[in-house]
Amino acid sequence: MHLTDLWNQIFDFTDYGQLLVLLRNSVIAGAVLGLLGGLIGVFVMSRDMAFAVHGISELSFAGASAGLLLGVGVVQGSIIGSLVAALLIGVLGSRARDRNSVTAVLMPFGLGLGILCLALYPGRSANKFGLLTGQIVAIDDPQIGWLIAIAVVVLIGLAIVWRPLTFASIDADVAAARGVPVRALSIVFMLLLGLTVAVSVQIVGALLVLSILVTPAAAALKLSSSPLVVPLLSVAFGVTSMVGGILLALGGSVPISPYVTTISFAIYVVCRIIAGARRRRGVSGRRMPVAAVPREEVAA
Amino acid sequence: MIDLQSREGAGGAPALELRGATLRFDRRTLWNGLDLEVKPGEFIAVLGANGSGKTSLLRVILGRQKLSAGEVRVGGEPVTAGNPRIGYVPQQKLADEGTPLRARDLVGLGIDGRTWGFLPSRAKRAKVDRLLADVGATAYADVPVATLSGGEQQRLRIGQALASDPDLLLADEPLASLDLANQRAVSELIDRHRRQRGFGVLFVTHDVNPVLGMVDRVLYLAGGRFKVGTPDEVLRSEVLSDLYGSPVDVLRARGRIIVVGTPDGGHAPHDEHHDAGHQEVCDHDPEAETQAVAL
Repeated sequence: MHLTDLWNQIFDFTDYGQLLVLLRNSVIAGAVLGLLGGLIGVFVMSRDMAFAVHGISELSFAGASAGLLLGVGVVQGSIIGSLVAALLIGVLGSRARDRNSVTAVLMPFGLGLGILCLALYPGRSANKFGLLTGQIVAIDDPQIGWLIAIAVVVLIGLAIVWRPLTFASIDADVAAARGVPVRALSIVFMLLLGLTVAVSVQIVGALLVLSILVTPAAAALKLSSSPLVVPLLSVAFGVTSMVGGILLALGGSVPISPYVTTISFAIYVVCRIIAGARRRRGVSGRRMPVAAVPREEVAA
Repeated sequence: MIDLQSREGAGGAPALELRGATLRFDRRTLWNGLDLEVKPGEFIAVLGANGSGKTSLLRVILGRQKLSAGEVRVGGEPVTAGNPRIGYVPQQKLADEGTPLRARDLVGLGIDGRTWGFLPSRAKRAKVDRLLADVGATAYADVPVATLSGGEQQRLRIGQALASDPDLLLADEPLASLDLANQRAVSELIDRHRRQRGFGVLFVTHDVNPVLGMVDRVLYLAGGRFKVGTPDEVLRSEVLSDLYGSPVDVLRARGRIIVVGTPDGGHAPHDEHHDAGHQEVCDHDPEAETQAVAL
């Protein structure tokens, strides 16, 4: 009996149709975020920036809290916080080691600042918690307008820089020799990443941004290395986690994030298992493996 | 495929020309008054102690570092950043697991890696297939780069560098951390293509032995000075002693060259197998060498 109550708190599909209409905006926002997160996640992985993403999201949280306190608006505040953090990390941390320490210094500061702003904010506390752990409160029309506008900017930006950014992320040295503007691209990428994080903080919360900006791409990389298949899979995983999470969360009284993170984690686990099974079966993609490989290794 | 005609059409300009090139950092002079002409198809090894400015020389040619004095021309024209007439092969470094690229994609970046956008052109696939075949990488064309060996990755980088059909190939320690068989395979690949395609090669290395039979000339940098000539002219005790200003012995054993007694203390952390006193030492097992030759 007790367990049934718990179950009903987590999953409740009564009046589902009406709820779905009410929360249409949230579903759209979730799908958009899944798309963005899946795409930008590929670069977060190849540039080894997962920790930086976490740092940016904490400063985005600080910005959102300040926006709430000062009445500037949560979305606007989180965008400002994200962009400032992304630029700082991008400019001060061009090398991985520097980047990690800059991130580690910024992150607790951002979190503290956010907590200060929330403590001073006199309004409802449900909103406060939502910024950290995500919220399923109906996203209103101006908000969804913002989110979609940001998403369009990020998508167009990524479409333009995609290939040179890939080159610069994989091999900055050779890319620079080839005339790719590596430094400028790194700043552009940080700005796009900052915008994406700002959108994510609104929906999954600052603490769980990684589940949508890193996990889908990490899962996709377990299954493929093709520069076409990886982003497609990553987007599919991201959208599935987000939309699936929101649809499951609709009826329950629990925040959206546990559903999203659980789906996203489950996808990752499955992908790892598939990758492991493939490795054991010896699927390497090499043609004529017997003739081509050992010849070099015999002499070695 | 071989674009020799257009190269001649360019007035037979040398692949690379350095005139009185000088590079100074603060008060330290890396090299002074460096004159060098690399003819099309010529293979030049750049030798010298670590910190003698070998890599800086490549950065100058790539347009990423300005000369303090003198001039440098590639294919008869002043250097520009991102010059497509230059191919560049860096040190082998293993790609990490998070790299969303297969072998063919790494080579493909040499074709359109600097082009904005994300859609590949139609002609790209056929061109990549040709390049993969040229560097003997067809068998692992669709294998993730991160799972390839160091030697395989270096072949791909050469394929990538050949994509723009360069006049000049710059290689910065391309054999570092490769085993002997792969050192040979990679240097032979470069040697074969410079003969076929007629591009000049500037090959920076701390160990001349893997390319000793291939190079036309060597450029030896030491103590702000330099010496250019055939290996027999430059790699001699009296020449290097004069260059360093202190006694240096050049030993020849079993067709290999060993330089002993170079006074500079600087050495990079990556080449563990030689110390300050042994500049061009290569202490590989001679038996392994014979084995490699047999292949």
